[in-house]
Amino acid sequence: MIVSLSQLIIGSVDLIAAFLLMFGLWRMASPVTAPSGILVAGVGMLVAVVVSFLYVFTIDAAAKPYLALNVGLAVAALLIGGGVAWWSGRKVAITAMPQAVALFNGMGGGAAGAIAAVELFGGRAHGATQLIVTLAGALIGAVSLSGSVIAWAKLDSLLKTPLKVPGLQVFNGAVLLLAIVVGGYIVFVVSSGSTPLLAMPQLITLFFGIALVYGILMTLPIGGADMPVVISVYNAFTGLAVGLEGFVLQNPALMIAGMLVGAAGLLLTLLMAKAMNRSVAKILFASFGPGAKRKQGAIKGSLKPVQASDAGIFMRYAKSVIIVPGYGLAVSQGQGKLFDFVKLLQAAGVSVKFAIHPVAGRMPGQMDVLLAEAGVPYDLIEQLTDINDAFKETDVALVIGANDVVNPEARTDKTSPIYGMPILNADQAKKCYVVKRGEGKGYAGIVNPLFYADNTFMVYGDAAAVCVSMTEAVRGLGSSAAAA
Amino acid sequence: MNFEISIGGFVAVYIFMITGFAGWVIIGRVPAILHTPLMSGSNFVHGIVVVGGIFTLLNASSVPEQAIGFVAVLLGAGNVAGGFAVTQRMLAMFKPSGQGAAHHASHARSKKSTGPAVVKRLKPKKA
Repeated sequence: MIVSLSQLIIGSVDLIAAFLLMFGLWRMASPVTAPSGILVAGVGMLVAVVVSFLYVFTIDAAAKPYLALNVGLAVAALLIGGGVAWWSGRKVAITAMPQAVALFNGMGGGAAGAIAAVELFGGRAHGATQLIVTLAGALIGAVSLSGSVIAWAKLDSLLKTPLKVPGLQVFNGAVLLLAIVVGGYIVFVVSSGSTPLLAMPQLITLFFGIALVYGILMTLPIGGADMPVVISVYNAFTGLAVGLEGFVLQNPALMIAGMLVGAAGLLLTLLMAKAMNRSVAKILFASFGPGAKRKQGAIKGSLKPVQASDAGIFMRYAKSVIIVPGYGLAVSQGQGKLFDFVKLLQAAGVSVKFAIHPVAGRMPGQMDVLLAEAGVPYDLIEQLTDINDAFKETDVALVIGANDVVNPEARTDKTSPIYGMPILNADQAKKCYVVKRGEGKGYAGIVNPLFYADNTFMVYGDAAAVCVSMTEAVRGLGSSAAAA
Repeated sequence: MNFEISIGGFVAVYIFMITGFAGWVIIGRVPAILHTPLMSGSNFVHGIVVVGGIFTLLNASSVPEQAIGFVAVLLGAGNVAGGFAVTQRMLAMFKPSGQGAAHHASHARSKKSTGPAVVKRLKPKKA
């Protein structure tokens, strides 16, 4: 009676939880409903976790003597893991969000891998199908764990330069193949009945070891600007691993939630790759940047430096300004100072919008969050496809800390490595100010003809410092001018 | 009565297929401005793996199984709590014009009137 009642409750609550998780993500379709969406998903997660303790009524006979200890361990693990992560999640800087997401994602992959490890080492996986699915989940989960940790280290600047070794990609392919061969051998031996799963802990350890090493090797050569794709891929990997382990444990809530995230990660991966104009395969399995050797045609025009104060005052008397923020703004922590300047412009009657390129930042949409943190209302923030036609009717485009995403070569020059990449049409504005640290090139390593255009003026300096100078210059005009 | 769930191979594939499509549709609706919270939010959602971890740990019958099961719950709980904390924090930052900061009248939109602007983005884009 208790057994079937506990099964009934777990089954129904998991069903509700799966619905709430999906409905929570459904509510993320707008900034208005999204905050309640995560709460809805949170409720679903909470009830699922609480009710999972009803499994005590249906555990294996072999685990019965350890029941009290196991429940204690589970509660302790929940409190420790949840407590530490909650505390760090509350505390982490918004600029460090990509690292945090990478780390929490790696934890999910690790958890899926650990579940698979118990199934494998404990000899619990029965039949070829279940064994193959367990091994696949283990492989993907382990790769996601070690890969996410490396991604975290890269984003946190613990690992600075991408590892570029000739032939590394071939070697990586061989490592992955080896993992598959070892996994296949395990399946073959177990299904042939000659050796039980319990008798080969060394092989299983080897399998996990190779998978973890592959995750590290796969992530090491990938450069900083490609991180949006890497994070999306590992998000999809963890989702997939969770879904596969959900099948192994016969838990449909895990299957649904995992596959949902797998689809989400895949979609974001493809969106990011499209915005970078590169295939996912090229980002993950090939290097970029220095390899792009090409003679760039002679560029007409010259770089025309101006003072930040002059640029600020010009924008104060413009009718409309579109700001193109890039990662350079985030590096200088200038978002708040930029918004101070924007508020001055708005008070003077200037129409101001922010134009965001999909890959501005180190993860999809990071620039939007950074602007939101600085207090920029979301109705001022426009995405590429929505605002690109507005540049030609705009007085000033202010490009701040961005480079490749406003390079008009992407539209016109078929030989350019960024040809075809969607860009923001800052060059079509009547006047363009570019705030930059110096005359360096962007990530793609190419010269940007926009900077040499007749209507473009360069403001050299740190983005945050330039914003302060512009604000002071406009304030210096006095209150009469500001209110005019 | 027996309420035990049993999902065979092909049923699983059907579940994966339908969920994959559903996920694609649900995620496709999310505007680019929310892609970071979406990613950490979906990151939170796969934290449901902690439920599998608890199941595994409760069924553990040897010290290695208990140790690995403990790690599974520990990591899963971290995934859930951390994912929720950062997502909730980020989403709380998205405010429309007129809340808090100074703004010009022409930009002031009430919370209600932001609706259509968002809906507009959701329409399928022409290639």
